[in-house]
Amino acid sequence: MKRARVAYGGAIHDATAAGDSLRLADGREVTETDVVWLPPLAPLERPRTILALGLNYADHAKELAFKAPDEPLVFMKSESALIGHRGHTRRPADVTFMHYECELVVVIGRRARRVKREHALDCVAGYTVANDYAIRDYLENYYRPNFRVKNRDACTPIGPWLVDAADVPDPMNLRLATHVNGVQTQSGSTKDMVFDIPFLIEYFTAFMTLDAGDLILTGTPEGLVDTKPGDEVVTEIEHVGRLVNFVVAEPARPESA
Amino acid sequence: MSFEGWTRCSRTGALAGLTLTQDPSLMGRAAWTALLGEAVPVPTRGSVVGVALNGMAEWDALAPAMSAPPYKAPPEAPVLYLKPANTWSGAFDAVTVPASVPEVEVGATLAVVFSRDASHVRAEDAWHHFAGITLVNDLSIPTPSYYRPPVKQKCLDGFCVIGPWIAPLPAVPEALEVSVAINGEPAQTLPVAAMRRCFAQLTAAISSFMTLRAGDVLLLGLGADRPRARAGDLVTVACPGIGRQETRLVAELQP
Repeated sequence: MKRARVAYGGAIHDATAAGDSLRLADGREVTETDVVWLPPLAPLERPRTILALGLNYADHAKELAFKAPDEPLVFMKSESALIGHRGHTRRPADVTFMHYECELVVVIGRRARRVKREHALDCVAGYTVANDYAIRDYLENYYRPNFRVKNRDACTPIGPWLVDAADVPDPMNLRLATHVNGVQTQSGSTKDMVFDIPFLIEYFTAFMTLDAGDLILTGTPEGLVDTKPGDEVVTEIEHVGRLVNFVVAEPARPESA
Repeated sequence: MSFEGWTRCSRTGALAGLTLTQDPSLMGRAAWTALLGEAVPVPTRGSVVGVALNGMAEWDALAPAMSAPPYKAPPEAPVLYLKPANTWSGAFDAVTVPASVPEVEVGATLAVVFSRDASHVRAEDAWHHFAGITLVNDLSIPTPSYYRPPVKQKCLDGFCVIGPWIAPLPAVPEALEVSVAINGEPAQTLPVAAMRRCFAQLTAAISSFMTLRAGDVLLLGLGADRPRARAGDLVTVACPGIGRQETRLVAELQP
């Protein structure tokens, strides 16, 4: 099953994929462009824990002139960074390098603590796609990658679908690709992750409890290019989804900081 | 004298007003439990955002290294981190210390709780977005490095003590001092005035790129030479007029 969360006709709806269209929970069928897509995640009574991996594909680590890390390089994001499929991500006027990152997202399905890798996939509700934009101009070497680079409002499109784990037979062998304005700029396979999904679940739950609805963004392969206002960026993962995002110009404002 | 503030009722999740007849920095677990009729809850459910290197003493301690690798230059933006929901503890809860961790660092500080969303807020307008102030003990496994996000050090279950309640903002928060005692022995005093950015300046800098939402908690910053404690210790964090926390560190049972 592929699940979505959309706004339509003045209300928010759970929806499922029905061929090329969506079926709302009340049975109505609507098309992809009839709705406003939200992150395909049920709301929680607490802040969602969002863990993200840096340098988790050996080729990407090399591209950024790093050797692959000995242990996961993890950073955290807050839910205000998330937006849905076909959303708009703002590029500030003064930046020179804002790049996408196509990532497979693990959505945790139940409380998980001290889970061994052989049982790790039992904790997974499903998978989705994220485009974890970074604005490299703002990179600083304190808690790197710092929030101003990676935790900006609307800088992490996610979706369109939450795909049930049962419908993704081998999450460690999925093709990824990014197209900017129809031109392919990034390609890879989840089989090239440095730390695979079972490892990551065992690693995190050794020191922290993950709960239903929490996310792990598993990193991106090589092939990062600058994106500009007007660009259509499509991050796609085999069997999981094709996530469309539009880069727009950040409106000018008086400097508040 | 009376003190008015808020807590979050654990049965309904709603914020409930409270009037105290004594200074909350003098109230222990028994007084709160008698008042609330239940264990003292974590008084918010928003994101908890911490700020490293905002304490002047903490900054000064790292300053000689800031021009050398891996840092190369002093930070310009606030250095931020999150304390996710698994880390939250109530003001009188016990906190489990893993067997592999000989000592934890006590990160006592004050935090503002947002009453409404703050996006692109100017410093002079920030106060309109604050519901009040609370105490936070940001526990951490000690680490000298500020280079990578300290997830493995700061995000252990129970490692963020919040509460006991949300006190109204004092007129002059810079006059406040947070004190830490370990097993009753004074261990640290943190003057709020000794920060590089105040709550309003932090709100302006952060909300220029990231919305701080109603219910979110923004930590002011930590002191330098943070005291360390180990399993068995009782850590007390207190601030007159604001509150008191008593945290017993307990050893992890072998899984």
